[in-house]
Amino acid sequence: MAMERELLKSLAKKPATLCYPSEKATPVEGIRAKVAWDIEKCIGCGLCPQICPSKAIELTGKGSEAEITYYLDRCLFCGECVDVCPTKTIKTTSEFELAFTSRTEATIHYKRSKPSSNRKEKGC
Amino acid sequence: MATRIPFGPQHPALKEPINFMCEVSDEKVLSVRPRLGYIHRGVEKLAENRTYNQNLYLIERICGICAFAHVTCFSQAVEEILNIEIPSRAKYIRTILAEMERIQNHFLWLGDVGHEMGFNTLFMYSWRDRELVLQLIENISGKRVNYAMNTIGGVRRDITSMIMPSLKEGLNHLEERAKYYTEMCTKDPTVLRRTVGVGMLSPSDALELCAVGPTIRASGIPRDVRADDPYAAYEEIPFKVITYDGRDVASRLMVRLDEVLESISIIRYALDNLPNGDVRVRVPRRVPKGEAVSLVEAPRGEDLHYVRADGTEKPVRVKVRAPTLANIPTLCKMLIGENIADIPVVIAGIDPCIACAERLVFVDTATRKRWMWNKQELRKYATKWYRKK
Repeated sequence: MAMERELLKSLAKKPATLCYPSEKATPVEGIRAKVAWDIEKCIGCGLCPQICPSKAIELTGKGSEAEITYYLDRCLFCGECVDVCPTKTIKTTSEFELAFTSRTEATIHYKRSKPSSNRKEKGC
Repeated sequence: MATRIPFGPQHPALKEPINFMCEVSDEKVLSVRPRLGYIHRGVEKLAENRTYNQNLYLIERICGICAFAHVTCFSQAVEEILNIEIPSRAKYIRTILAEMERIQNHFLWLGDVGHEMGFNTLFMYSWRDRELVLQLIENISGKRVNYAMNTIGGVRRDITSMIMPSLKEGLNHLEERAKYYTEMCTKDPTVLRRTVGVGMLSPSDALELCAVGPTIRASGIPRDVRADDPYAAYEEIPFKVITYDGRDVASRLMVRLDEVLESISIIRYALDNLPNGDVRVRVPRRVPKGEAVSLVEAPRGEDLHYVRADGTEKPVRVKVRAPTLANIPTLCKMLIGENIADIPVVIAGIDPCIACAERLVFVDTATRKRWMWNKQELRKYATKWYRKK
């Protein structure tokens, strides 16, 4: 009769699953999800594309002119880039709904807003 | 009338997709011939082109369920070549996560075997409760399936005192559920009828065919890497090796359920006695020339990794022997003399993580008539056959 007891108990309970688009699970603290660059802080050291196990990060340009292309569809969400970044440019976000209809949507370009010459002066 | 049944080859859930050529007479299986090598992913070759750190994430994806066991095994092998000792706190965290993985695997398996015997209520309840342990894992690592926790030289995240109370509370709930399932599985007529006396494996056969994991322990032989060749923190943690003498699927069920309770007590002990200190040591990118073999008791049995390094930052050879492969000869032995209706339960009994539909071709050798059944149809046939009985 063990199963029957459980069945009766479950009758009084709410469903265990969430009704997805209207109800969403709250991401836990420290979730490993999509990562984001604060590109202005990037020094172009090249550690993140080097450590990435799935070649999801591409670095173009050098030093303070460096820009990042992040291929979300290749990302394993391991967070190695976040750990390796010397200037804490890369941060983990809590965005976990990452389904796309095309590959271009899943490619994120991080471009510098200021012209590079100004930044150079600032850097000097 | 003898009939040949190829079972498979589409078992993508297995690390080694497999085809079983069963020869049957009426309802009884007369002989079984396994055939391997259908979906070769080339993981071992791929590992040779990646750095050790990148390989961690590749190795983690050999299996979605035993991910942590595989990556622990690989890390241990590389650490042995590097000749480094990881901090004891890292060892304890590895133990805690390995045991949590065992709990989630066993709950998943319980649901799977329930599904195979046509007992979908059990499947739904046990998967609902598996969610509890997945949440605990997510609290620690930030991920639910591939935890990305292990690294060469320790673990990447610490268990903070903040999450300690929620872990303990979660464990209490899990213990309650595991006790309930143990009680239910010893009493429920559906479970008993489909598992008792099904898929018998004698201890001598188990030893001869080198069975591993819960399969050999359900034949009464206490063989467990955690006790025989302790790794991580198992040397310092007291625990029992669970064995049952029933030799059938019911015993395998009980071994796994008791292991869940044992795992909970291991985690509790490890959380209470968690040493202080660092969780990782920094290791060089280049691994000196050498080779190492590492063993880990994955939820499904003994997992073996062999790594050879040549002084560069990439390994020369990585060899993986997953537990399911070790259990295939035993599975063939178990299937002989079973009913066709019991094939799914016996195969599920070794926990080969059958997640996707596989195909069955029935060939009547007398009339050369061929027909196909997928897993669902076979399950339907099995349920109907048992109802009639």
